Amino acid sequence: MREIHFDDVVAAVRDMSIEANLFLKDDVKEALKHAYEREESGTGRSILKMVLENIEVAEAERLPLCQDTGLAVFFVEMGEEAKVSGDGVAKAINEGVRRGYKDGYLRKSVVDDPVRRKNTGDNTPAIIHFDVVPGTHLKIALAPKGGGSENMSTVKMFPPSAGWEGMKKFVLEWVFKSGGNPCPPSIIGIGVGGNFELAAINAKKALVFRKIGQRNPDPFWAGKEVELLDDINKLGVGPMGLGGVVTSLEVFIESAPCHIASMPMAINTQCHANRHAFREL
Amino acid sequence: MAAKRLTTPLTDEAVLSLHIGDEVLLSGVVYTARDSAHKRLIELIDRGEPLPFELVGQAIYYAGPSPAPPGKPIGSVGPTTSYRMDAFAPRLHSLGLRATIGKGPRSKEVMDALVNHKSVYFTAVGGVAALLAKRVKSAEIVAFEELGPEAIRKLVVEDLPLIVSCDAYGQDLHVEGVKAYQKLTV
Repeated sequence: MREIHFDDVVAAVRDMSIEANLFLKDDVKEALKHAYEREESGTGRSILKMVLENIEVAEAERLPLCQDTGLAVFFVEMGEEAKVSGDGVAKAINEGVRRGYKDGYLRKSVVDDPVRRKNTGDNTPAIIHFDVVPGTHLKIALAPKGGGSENMSTVKMFPPSAGWEGMKKFVLEWVFKSGGNPCPPSIIGIGVGGNFELAAINAKKALVFRKIGQRNPDPFWAGKEVELLDDINKLGVGPMGLGGVVTSLEVFIESAPCHIASMPMAINTQCHANRHAFREL
Repeated sequence: MAAKRLTTPLTDEAVLSLHIGDEVLLSGVVYTARDSAHKRLIELIDRGEPLPFELVGQAIYYAGPSPAPPGKPIGSVGPTTSYRMDAFAPRLHSLGLRATIGKGPRSKEVMDALVNHKSVYFTAVGGVAALLAKRVKSAEIVAFEELGPEAIRKLVVEDLPLIVSCDAYGQDLHVEGVKAYQKLTV
């Protein structure tokens, strides 16, 4: 059994919280530059120009890209032969979030209860998904997720007779109806198959673990991703929903086996500030 | 298109000069307020109590900033999604509020209030909050400090870049702008 020190996890998560909220990954930057080049709407181009400038300002001024520094969502892959000392991995991650959001001057956007709504003051608890795998390592992925785009997400349980055509129609209607709310140009994460909760987790995973331009390895789903993206960008929604030819930067679909009676689909909408940080300990 | 420069408080003339798609650089005072602050403002109005700031001619920015790092007046401060404040906006417009700043479309009731009370809705670009923070010269909490990021703050802004998305003539860029580029109907 390999022991990973509690404090090392705390330090890594603290740094990841700040890094993810201040610096965009290169694939997202490139996609936004490309969006600016191909946008035809004057308003849309003005918006995308500001989006690109904001990336530079955030880096130079060490300010978060967006004031909504999100719920801290983690995907943790933990080796069966690894353990975190002291109070364990979940406590370490939450302590790292607490420190990162304080030291990085990040917004605390978590309330303790959906109805009573008292701010917890330190952006915890984080949402942590665990996978246990063979090995001695600990891999941590962080995706801070803003409320505006998360609110434009959904799960739909189709009858199998709806087929791909039914799913596709639903996604197009959903993106159109979401309009400017999720800060387009968006990235659309879709989980198909599995069950109610697996579809949703796969939709989120699609947003976290794939780089823009990275297609599903299954040619069937790769084709569907391209087809959906093309059609979404014909909807006219455009940057911030004010009209244009760039509504989404990317569509990722993850599929899973499902019940003979079911055809679940989840859509997780991601704003243009697709923020991530990764560490392996 | 050259941006129009405007300063708050906004006059009838200023609001009526604006049309959807216009780019505006707004200067002067704007007040931040979002979900919880709106709920409390309406409660004060219902009880007949005074509001913590003068509403007439003013602009409300639907925003909850990140904390100010040392040496800066404010942290990142971009817009939040406006539809959540649709239930409150018509009431505030009827009391003299002239502009709201946020992101995303507004309800029919808000659109009507803009026409009836010669008011305007601006889109601030979501997710460009560091850039927008640089246009804020000062910030102070004027009410509901206990709400943290949701407290009402008085911001003095200089050249805050905005887009007129719903104007006082009942025009809506969320509809017209999309129509101009829509090649696929759903």
